Amino acid sequence: MPLAWLGMVPFTLFAVLFLILPTMNIVVGAFQTPDGTPTFRNVLNLFQPSILSAYWISIRISVASALAGCLIGFAMAAAITLGGLPQWIRGPLLTFSGVASNFAGVPLAFAFLATLGRLGLVTVILKDWFGINIYGLGFNLLSFWGLTLVYLFFQIPLMILIITPALDGLKKEWREAAEILGASGPQYWRMVALPILLPSLLGTFALLFANAFGAVATAYALTGSSLSIVPIVLFAQIRGDVLQDPHLGYALAFGMIVVTGIANGIYVWLRARTERWTR
Amino acid sequence: MSFLEIEHLEKSFGSVRVVKDFNLPIEKGEFVSLLGPSGCGKTTVLRMVAGFETPSTGSIRIDGRDVVSLRPNQRNIGMVFQSYALFPNLTVAQNVAFGLKVKGVKVADRTARVAEMLRLIGLEGYDDRYPFQLSGGQQQRVALARALAVQPQVLLLDEPLSALDAKIRVSLREEIRDIQRRLAITTIFVTHDQEEALSISDRVVVMNGGVAEQVGQPFEIYNRPSTRFVAEFVGTLNLIEARVLDRDSGRIGIGSREASLGRPLTSDRLTLGIRPEALTLGRAADRDMVLEGRIDDVHFLGSVIRIQATVAGERVMLDTFNRPGTPPPAPGQAAEFSVHPEDLLVLEGERSP
Amino acid sequence: MKAPRVWSWIALTLGLLYFFLPLIGTIEFSLRKRRGEYSLDAYRWVFEDPKFRETFSYSVVMALFTIVVGVLIVVPTAYWVRLKFPRLRPLVEFVTLLPLVIPPIVIVFGYIRLYNTSSFLPLTGTASGTNLLLMMGYATLSLPYMYRAVDTGLRTIDVRTLTEAAQSLGANWPTIIGRVIMPNVLVAVMSGAFLTFAIVIGEFVMAALLNRPAFGPYLQLIGANRAYEPAALAVIAFSITWICMGLIQLATLLTRHSRPPRS
Repeated sequence: MPLAWLGMVPFTLFAVLFLILPTMNIVVGAFQTPDGTPTFRNVLNLFQPSILSAYWISIRISVASALAGCLIGFAMAAAITLGGLPQWIRGPLLTFSGVASNFAGVPLAFAFLATLGRLGLVTVILKDWFGINIYGLGFNLLSFWGLTLVYLFFQIPLMILIITPALDGLKKEWREAAEILGASGPQYWRMVALPILLPSLLGTFALLFANAFGAVATAYALTGSSLSIVPIVLFAQIRGDVLQDPHLGYALAFGMIVVTGIANGIYVWLRARTERWTR
Repeated sequence: MSFLEIEHLEKSFGSVRVVKDFNLPIEKGEFVSLLGPSGCGKTTVLRMVAGFETPSTGSIRIDGRDVVSLRPNQRNIGMVFQSYALFPNLTVAQNVAFGLKVKGVKVADRTARVAEMLRLIGLEGYDDRYPFQLSGGQQQRVALARALAVQPQVLLLDEPLSALDAKIRVSLREEIRDIQRRLAITTIFVTHDQEEALSISDRVVVMNGGVAEQVGQPFEIYNRPSTRFVAEFVGTLNLIEARVLDRDSGRIGIGSREASLGRPLTSDRLTLGIRPEALTLGRAADRDMVLEGRIDDVHFLGSVIRIQATVAGERVMLDTFNRPGTPPPAPGQAAEFSVHPEDLLVLEGERSP
Repeated sequence: MKAPRVWSWIALTLGLLYFFLPLIGTIEFSLRKRRGEYSLDAYRWVFEDPKFRETFSYSVVMALFTIVVGVLIVVPTAYWVRLKFPRLRPLVEFVTLLPLVIPPIVIVFGYIRLYNTSSFLPLTGTASGTNLLLMMGYATLSLPYMYRAVDTGLRTIDVRTLTEAAQSLGANWPTIIGRVIMPNVLVAVMSGAFLTFAIVIGEFVMAALLNRPAFGPYLQLIGANRAYEPAALAVIAFSITWICMGLIQLATLLTRHSRPPRS
């Protein structure tokens, strides 16, 4: 038996060296001064208006894109699973979701600049054909709504990919049993289907939130450093110490872990509460 | 007029007609089984009564009210599914209370009714369990309680026992029948298991290819099947080909023996159906039709001895009771078999494959 | 019956509109380089750019190495956990899901601090050391996907019985893993591999912060300096992702054929 533990060594070594130690390093660094003495000053220094507003806009974008991604993705997944659409739509849509959910980062930014940028196809068409100048109306890709709109391009497909199997897991008989017991469609959804789906929905929401919260490449390629969301600030800090305090960078990164950690903590807690009825 | 009246019911999926001119009047409190092989249309009939399928034509009336245009949740019908279909996120008590809750029944009345139903199915004290904590038989009993809690006019059972172990299957079917009798609730039971259908029904409808082949009491269905399909599908049947020697007097030849059916016949060939219990090894006093054959195999099952034999080139099976003084015959031995002519099922026409 | 179907079509149509407009927009934009007419000039410029070829091949090589390392770490571990330490599974699963929770930028920040030139393991001191570090970073990013794919693949076969059968026939461990387990999870491994490839090819943050000449930072550079070429690059990147997903589909399709349908 002791020899069997040897089989776990490569994975453990890998996880410790390239996942756990680097993260711990950041966490510990957040509570140290440059000469190594323990301190809360770095974390307290996060509470300055510019950094707080960076967190705030990051959280807002992440919540908005995760929420909208969940809703729209759910609607589309429900359409192909329960909505009575032809069977052949399902396969291609799932494949496409696989592609789109991985089409993030720099190219995604390019795609939206080419579409909704000042010279983008949709911008031009709206202006030339319908006389609507979206930029005149205050639209800007480099804004809260702009970035949320772009993030949806990978959030929606991710939701579709995760929730489709869950929707498939809803047995037809549950719906029929509810119906023959006198329940209306909305009653069935409220009392049976949604409670059953809730753990999956919460888990996906937490995942989409973390996904958007940590995304750097899309925002950076889209905006350079002009939009101060947390990952962009951290990126600039790592590149050039723009905060003029290396340990404030640690605290900034630590704050990111805390936020995604809280999101997942809430998910785990809610899941434990909602999943009493499973093995 | 009957309590539940199904008239000229038809259903087609695309160009396939799965139910053809189905008629069935059911009296109040009656327990009727739809029996047939898979794909015979029995489940489709049940689902049309429930409202999950819309009939192509025909009418379904419950207590004088035409329900065809009503949605399932307006029909006041209880249904039990093969897969139990309990809501996994609700406790036993919440499952049973579901129908009452959506109807807006007050909490106090709901609680009392749930307690009453759990007592009825013998699961008091299981209120707070979740379905995954119950055995299959318990889950199906909860499903029955859930269906009955809303006091439906009609109870539909869609193969409720098929997913259960053989032992529980027998005890639960008796329990279902017992509860059905006590509540005097009109019930339609769908099954492919002929023993199940015969043992608990007031009447059985044998279906094949979307058509009701025969409707009757279990005794009638088993002993006087009206079609060849019914004879073969219900119970075990030994089939022996016979030549007609004289149509008018009903003389026939089986292998090297001759016998008389004592009535005129219309075709030159026919098939005789003999139930295993009607066939006796050796000659017997009142069984004056004698066949000869050879014993192939003998299974000693305790109280019953099951014998496989070849008679007139056909494999047949017969059961005899164990008698301590008579040891079972040996395989390979030639033997005579006797049968009472009145116990023969005469099946004229072509033999089904 | 009719109303939900109408809603389904509306949901699907709006969704598809949202997804296809940017794609059409990008393709259209990438063809606009020559004034007044559509041309492939932007693509020609990209393919003739030596930097494109250098960074692209760098990322392809990195992706291949990442896949090999990822498979070598994940397959034996997932197998071993199922066989010997089923009670460790929740823990291992938790660790493999961490990269979805800890932002990549935080992980690479940790690398920079932990493996700098004055540390116990000065990987960032040399180019090859940094390459190794970047590859490990990529392996970390793909860990959740790779582990899930392989673990799902293992679930469909009876690991214990297969292993015992092989052992009773005298096979040693490398033979069991290489000849018995691997072929059975090959399809799962392949779908994990294509996903890894898609992730690594476009990755930006890690490569940029570790200062390696990868495709992601190159894309960003072009985006900051040129007008129509970025759209062409986006089209190319999208096609690569499509091909990877297509290959995953093909791999899963092959499993379905190699296994008899359950009735």
